[in-house]
Amino acid sequence: MTFPPQALLAETDPRRQAAMTSALARRIRLEMLDILHRKGTGHWGGAASACELLTALYFLRMKVDPARPRDPDRDRLVLSKGHASLLLYAVLAHRGFFSPELLGTFRDADSNLQGHPCMRKTPGVDMSTGALGHGLSVGLGMALAAQLAGKRFWTYVVVGEGCLDEGQTWEAAMAAAKFRPERLALLVDHNKVQLDGPSDLIMPLGSIARKLDAFGWNVAPGAHDGHDPAAIMETFRWLDGPGPWPRAVIYDTVKGKGVSFMEGQSKWHGAPVDDAGWAQARPELTAALAEAEALL
Amino acid sequence: MTLTMREAFGRKLAALGRTRPDLVVLDADVSSSSRSLHFAAEHPGRFFNVGVAEANLVDVAGGLATCGFHPVVNAFAIFLALKAADQVRNVLCYNRLPVVLAGTYAGLSDSFDGASHQSIADVAILRGLPNLTVVVPADNAGAEAALEAALDADGPVYVRLNRNEVPDLPPAREPFALGRIRSWRDGGDLTIAACGICVALALAAAERLARIGVQAEVLEIATIKPLDGDALAARVARTGKLVVAEEHSVIGGLAGACAEALAERVPFLMETVGIRDTFTESGPYGELLEKYGISAGEIERRSLALLVKSQAMAT
Repeated sequence: MTFPPQALLAETDPRRQAAMTSALARRIRLEMLDILHRKGTGHWGGAASACELLTALYFLRMKVDPARPRDPDRDRLVLSKGHASLLLYAVLAHRGFFSPELLGTFRDADSNLQGHPCMRKTPGVDMSTGALGHGLSVGLGMALAAQLAGKRFWTYVVVGEGCLDEGQTWEAAMAAAKFRPERLALLVDHNKVQLDGPSDLIMPLGSIARKLDAFGWNVAPGAHDGHDPAAIMETFRWLDGPGPWPRAVIYDTVKGKGVSFMEGQSKWHGAPVDDAGWAQARPELTAALAEAEALL
Repeated sequence: MTLTMREAFGRKLAALGRTRPDLVVLDADVSSSSRSLHFAAEHPGRFFNVGVAEANLVDVAGGLATCGFHPVVNAFAIFLALKAADQVRNVLCYNRLPVVLAGTYAGLSDSFDGASHQSIADVAILRGLPNLTVVVPADNAGAEAALEAALDADGPVYVRLNRNEVPDLPPAREPFALGRIRSWRDGGDLTIAACGICVALALAAAERLARIGVQAEVLEIATIKPLDGDALAARVARTGKLVVAEEHSVIGGLAGACAEALAERVPFLMETVGIRDTFTESGPYGELLEKYGISAGEIERRSLALLVKSQAMAT
């Protein structure tokens, strides 16, 4: 069954939370595909791969109040992979920061929904991003601010491989391990594909976990399915557990998740969703949504 | 003994930390050069040394600024302008975050370290970024006043600082304020506009010119951006002649800013004093300034050349 997104906020049973998150994420995927097709511009691959993660963060995890988007005590999220902007906008809209109707103005002139996130134009966006590699540094600054001000808000930084290619991310990783602020979490959307091709071909990162560990981070052990809300909720429990700061979780995800012929294909990092692609993809996403909603 | 400009700035920063609990200071492993070490010693909880990583330095400050803190970032001017240009633009300027960028060792003042460290294009690079205020103080009092004014601004401010002792200007006729062009000397024959140490050099040049009967007015344009083009045009409209002097490349700095502002407003002739689009070199500061044409003598020569050019065009 279909449910209003706000119902997920009121749900307390973990199994139903996971099932509803999965359904809402699939609904957002379908909405994103329609918008990307209608607009002829925007990034599908990295938005689809982080869909469950951002939905879970904003609906199950983060302390935010759409009526007070600048609340100094709110949790922060820095979408360092800013090209997944449409995903952030869709999640924020369903969370209540602005009307979902606005999503139809994505990338239009005079729209509040810029091609990449802009904190001065869109309620709920905590940092403007787009140029890759900034997020972890900015998030470190936010976490240090919480420490200085004696506040307990969390700072989540969501990165993809592109951000990990940028040297600045590793400057920030060193600095975060030096200052060790609490409640700073680096969340890696490890979808293994970049704009130009597979990450292993473009810039092999090797073991991200071992790299972060060597840089002094506390990395969630094991593998974490970034498309399984129950697994994501498990990582949230790990974040709340004991252990040193800062903390990182690497989510195993699929670029372009949800559309068989787009999954794992670098072409769909940013290629416009044309009529043929849309017509072929839509039934898959519709069926996946119906399947998730039937379980509720 | 006179303090170096960086020392005066560093002491002021530590003093302001006593009354401004929102003030935080960041440095990129040059706190003993930038003199932010005074703040670090007095307010260790609000000081962050991020190592030699200027990009991270600026963005960490940006993150702090989104949460109500007022960061002052210290680094060598040229490394701030080059290595952190993306961060200054996309995080500080785009979001209009109140961060003070203290670019020290600017111009030729890191003289012995040579071209790699000398900062002669920082103003040109940073002046093109929307929302950024660019300030070049002329002496220690100006540097201290610029810091206080920058901390009261509602967006990012770049303050360009000299490594060395610089001549103190005479008592000011009007107080320092961001955006204000200050007149240090009156004269009706030509206008000399300057920033940084060139204000003192321009005053010296004006005295020499006066001895041969040429009266030059001397303007200090500390705020290169936003430039008060109307105030400058009102002055230059009276003389029709402008010499611009700066410790910077003649491309894209104060001279460029003045030309852009005046070209839309008044007819004028212009000469520039600055580094002629070349890499510089190591050496004693005073010798380098002379060699690269940053001197009272050069300002005097350019002023006389401008008078000759003006007369030739009149006839």
